[in-house]
Amino acid sequence: MRRSKINKMLNKIPTHFVIIFTMFVWLVPTIGLFITSLRPLPLINTTGWWTAFSDKNTQQTSSTTKFTLNNYIDAIVGYRGTNTYVEDCQSGSQSSSLKCNASDLLNPRGMGQAFVNSLLVTIPATILPIFLAAFAGYAFAWLDFKGRFLLFAILVGLQVVPLQMTLVPVLKMYAQTGMTGTFLGVWLFHTGFGMPYAIYLMRNFLGGLPKDLFEAAYLDGASHWTTFTNLVIPLSMPAIASLGIFQFLWVWNDLLVALVFLGGTKPVMTYQISNMVTSLGAGWHLLTAAAFLSMLLPMVVFFALQRYFVRGMLAGAIKG
Amino acid sequence: MSSANVPQVMKQGKVIPWFYLAPAIIIMSIFIVYPMLNTVVLSFLNKDGTASAATTCNLGQPCWGVFENYRYALTAELNITSFNTIWQSFWVSSYGNTLKWIFIMVSGTVGIGLGFAIFAERVKYEALAKAIIFMPMAISFVGAGVIWKFVYNWGTSQVQVGLLNAIITALGGKPVPFLSTTNLNTIMLVIVGIWMWTGFCMTILSAALKAVPDEVLEAARVDGASEWQIFWGVMVPIISPTIIVVITTMVINVLKLFDIVYVMTGGNFGTEVIANRMYDEMYKNFQTGRGTAIAVVLIIAIIPFIYMNIRRFLAQEAMR
Repeated sequence: MRRSKINKMLNKIPTHFVIIFTMFVWLVPTIGLFITSLRPLPLINTTGWWTAFSDKNTQQTSSTTKFTLNNYIDAIVGYRGTNTYVEDCQSGSQSSSLKCNASDLLNPRGMGQAFVNSLLVTIPATILPIFLAAFAGYAFAWLDFKGRFLLFAILVGLQVVPLQMTLVPVLKMYAQTGMTGTFLGVWLFHTGFGMPYAIYLMRNFLGGLPKDLFEAAYLDGASHWTTFTNLVIPLSMPAIASLGIFQFLWVWNDLLVALVFLGGTKPVMTYQISNMVTSLGAGWHLLTAAAFLSMLLPMVVFFALQRYFVRGMLAGAIKG
Repeated sequence: MSSANVPQVMKQGKVIPWFYLAPAIIIMSIFIVYPMLNTVVLSFLNKDGTASAATTCNLGQPCWGVFENYRYALTAELNITSFNTIWQSFWVSSYGNTLKWIFIMVSGTVGIGLGFAIFAERVKYEALAKAIIFMPMAISFVGAGVIWKFVYNWGTSQVQVGLLNAIITALGGKPVPFLSTTNLNTIMLVIVGIWMWTGFCMTILSAALKAVPDEVLEAARVDGASEWQIFWGVMVPIISPTIIVVITTMVINVLKLFDIVYVMTGGNFGTEVIANRMYDEMYKNFQTGRGTAIAVVLIIAIIPFIYMNIRRFLAQEAMR
């Protein structure tokens, strides 16, 4: 290993202790959430999640099982009864908006529908800005035009403009054009705001490609357009991957934009959870299951593509 | 980025580059530039933008004319009976809280991030350790809010199901209502922010630390410097540009922060921050003029960082 001298100087044991302790502290809250989401409601409210594996609990309460998937079912269909959805469906005492068949999966109050809405918001809002940024990044990196430097400097400044600065006028614009509460409105807003950082990253990446490549392509008779589609796009895949993860996580995890432009008309996952937190009637069993459901996809994306995420972060470091 | 960088063969046509740029520029003008200017205009008008803000003044009460919304934005939270009450009310106002957020969160994330990066370099499971600290970056603020609300949970019954209060009672203490105790609650919220953003600081600082040449460290050791001296006298000065970038990025992030407060306390119990207060004025009180004035205060606080960003960009370009 590098810096072997430092290793000798520091006693290794405190080092391990510090790191493992920090890792533990960082993980415990999430583990607590996950375990709680699998416990029956009566147990959640009477015993700590850290006692979940001990036998004492089930003896003390009427609950027969230690773990259950009912919280997830309730969260997906959006059921807020005192009993679970499954129990109430068996006795036929569920609320009238539910039919106890597969159609409940898309109940507008549930996380199932919110998951679909989150996907419908996130996928176009990720692809669109990358697509536009690839064009603009190419122009900034390899095309000559008047005001190139000034425009790019403005772009760098625009990266840190707070979202809050633009909400009211955009909302007014949408109200006049009938775009409030539409997916299109959210896609366009996220695209606009993702643009400065996306172009910045693309331009820096493309600017790092060798000049000879473009000269050779041109001498072979390639037009700007051919160069762009056949050379630039394939070569910039690493940058596109970084940007894609960034934008995906950003849009998926966003609350403010979804709250202002979509609200309850097309609830996304973050909106649905924040609604459960602030309104009464949703217990910890629902909240923990819903929160974990919303974390699943970003976690998978994050761990699968961590390399690109870190790379994009190191290249840009500013977003939002 | 002078035009000398562009291959001679690429310089053809003054119009073509604008085809590549137009989509990005149009969408940024609509969604960032125009709304920003419009927000400034709205901040001088009344709540629905139909008349000057001066018309909202009440007789016999302080009035700043067209700047009336700014009077509200800056002084409404303060208790102006004496110097003492101003001081006290400032520290529970959105501005005082935002300052607390900046100081605690920036020092927490940068401090723990740097410390962890240095310690993690010395163990074999560095990648795993870093991934765990980094993981909360993939979670939404809303999800994190639920996770930590459960950790901070305060029960009136004998059994505490919140981890932190369970630990306190196990040690013989009295359970604390963390989120409704003024002053303490802001600190508890900042801890959530630190949990989320330390991974970001750590990753960037770790990359900078790895770029410090081994020879430099060896030379310092030959001169008889202790590891502590090497850290403060050699490593920190070398990576100080990165530290500054990380600090400025974090300050900007904190200034814009909205979700954690919205989900965990809704700004109640003296936890209001600037971004959250702006949302409340606009969408709870429907006071567009006041809300936009707060947004303008926010961007004024960010302008120095926009300036720094552009300066840094110009310096980088000069080195290319």
